[in-house]
Amino acid sequence: RERAMQSEAKSHTEHGTDSSPQGPGCSLRHFACEQNLLSRPDGSASFLQGDTSVLAGVYGPAEVKVSKEIFNKATLEVILRPKIGLPGVAEKSRERLIRNTCEAVVLGALHPRTSITIVLQVISDAGSLMACCLNAACMALVDAGVPMQALFCGVTCALDSDGTLVLDPTAKQEKEARAVLTFALDSVDQKLLMSTTKGLYSNAELQQCLAAAQAASQHVFRFYRESLQRRYSKS
Amino acid sequence: MKETPLSNCERRFLLRAIEERKRLDGRQTYDYRSIRISFGTDYGCCVVELGKTRVLGQVSCELVSPKLNRATEGILFFNLELSQMAAPAFEPGRQSDLLVKLNRLLERCLRNSKCIDTESLCVVAGEKVWQIRVDLHLLNHDGNIIDAASIAAIVALCHFRRPDVSVQGDEVTLYTPEERDPVPLSIHHMPICVSFAFFQQGTFLLVDPSEREERVMDGLLVIAVNKHREICTIQSSGGIMLLNEQVLRCSKIAGVKVAEITELIQKALENDQKVRKEGGKFGFAESIAKQRITAFRMEKAPVDTSDVEEKAEEVLAAADPPPDLLSVSKPVLWTPGTAQIGEGVENSWGDLEDSEKEDEDEGGSDEAIILDGVRTDVGMEVSNTGSQEAPIVLSDSEEEETIILEPDKNPKKTRTQTISAKQEKAPSTTPVKKRRKKRTAN
Repeated sequence: RERAMQSEAKSHTEHGTDSSPQGPGCSLRHFACEQNLLSRPDGSASFLQGDTSVLAGVYGPAEVKVSKEIFNKATLEVILRPKIGLPGVAEKSRERLIRNTCEAVVLGALHPRTSITIVLQVISDAGSLMACCLNAACMALVDAGVPMQALFCGVTCALDSDGTLVLDPTAKQEKEARAVLTFALDSVDQKLLMSTTKGLYSNAELQQCLAAAQAASQHVFRFYRESLQRRYSKS
Repeated sequence: MKETPLSNCERRFLLRAIEERKRLDGRQTYDYRSIRISFGTDYGCCVVELGKTRVLGQVSCELVSPKLNRATEGILFFNLELSQMAAPAFEPGRQSDLLVKLNRLLERCLRNSKCIDTESLCVVAGEKVWQIRVDLHLLNHDGNIIDAASIAAIVALCHFRRPDVSVQGDEVTLYTPEERDPVPLSIHHMPICVSFAFFQQGTFLLVDPSEREERVMDGLLVIAVNKHREICTIQSSGGIMLLNEQVLRCSKIAGVKVAEITELIQKALENDQKVRKEGGKFGFAESIAKQRITAFRMEKAPVDTSDVEEKAEEVLAAADPPPDLLSVSKPVLWTPGTAQIGEGVENSWGDLEDSEKEDEDEGGSDEAIILDGVRTDVGMEVSNTGSQEAPIVLSDSEEEETIILEPDKNPKKTRTQTISAKQEKAPSTTPVKKRRKKRTAN
């Protein structure tokens, strides 16, 4: 019981520090999403988290190059384009992480010998870019009507030098952070689909971040739900 | 992905409509589609929508050393990218003919028209100049890429602010935006491309062709004009022969169109500047049409993270306690210079019985057993289960020193010594020989 009290006190102090002029750390920035804004791709979405913005376009299921054909499932391809210059190693590694996340949820077996291409364009980077890429990719897949067993979302956590947890950090917070952790979670039971981390953190901190990301993912999924509800409403 | 081919009936339909002076989207011959310009939060970032064609522009700058023959001029660099997002036929990382043509046209329109004062980009003559890089990404291709790209490029350049620098003697100081307000580029004029599509060998003309119209056109004439009606570049492609009067008429039309577009650009820039000055909200989040049914926004959402620590504790408690590694593998120091971690269960790899048999065949010499043990279980402790007196343990090294683990015996004994303890059968030189034999046999 004492421990519970302590942690409660801790969380209170956390909230106390959070209400500093920087704004509460444990909150998500404002979200905005527009679907079906591009005419050429089968599905498209622009996702904004604060000032971070990513545009995603999805083609598929469509014809696949013979060299890339997989006989029992769809070939998933992710292309991430930076805003300035040509894509480099960092983009390639992110592409791979996003592809692996999508492969876990997309029901590719329903469309064998086809290709599903996700093109992501960074519009502006103001922190939590990876999470925004994942969210944009998911919304674009939904818009394209690609069958998926669950939705997914990305949540980024940052740990300060004093161990304070910041959800959906801005670029400045990410820079100052001791560790930055990005998780991809599925919508059914918030299971972890992908995690990528940078910096030093303890086992307990990892679990805390994961728990916080799961709490935050509820908000993101609610946002998904409401935005789709609006889209398929009659008004 | 390949491009969907245009069917013959579609082609015929489009051409017939053009002959009847009708366009699919209801525009008149000289009408532009609606142009929308929105700015990002960064300086020099904009999205230009020309109908459904969409181009993202971003200007960035860097201090570099100038070109040798132009020591006092800054460098301008244009890069238009045709992303696969824009159309399925665009392949990533390939320089297609179209891309090369468009990039060259942009360079001619913006660099060669000297619309940007490159001399003002010089910091230290011959040593440091600004390189201005204009990245343009085509996001959606619905025809007339070049007009949209040229508008995006000039808008981004007008919107861009570079960090302020000061030169004192040999020292160059670069100021952050917090220290000194960034400075805009000095732009002399704003050249904008206007495309004319020709059909039926130049009989019919359309301004701002859409993607469908581009596919059935015979030739394309691009004229870059500024608002003073000065022609900056002109390019005719598609192998169509135009009359003098046609080109003159097109340049007149272009002048009118560019005046309209320039006015729009200036209005958009002023608007953005006003909002920034007043400290209002700006950026792409504000430019999303909120009334659209496909768009949705959510304000800042606080996330309840008070139970995070408890949850983490729960998970950690529920997880299997980490195996007590220390009890399993205690580093053992056999002798100075050797150590062993993780010795454990008796090795099941080497067939001990077989080796024993072998040994028996060979006359059951102790050395052979010992050596066998060494050979079969490298790095493992082996108890010599043969018919010998006491279990003998060897470390992995086949060289020089081995120590016996029996407590009653002196641990600092070399192999030769341990062997000599039971050297009733073999003389001290034989083990080496036998070993060699074994090796060769192996």
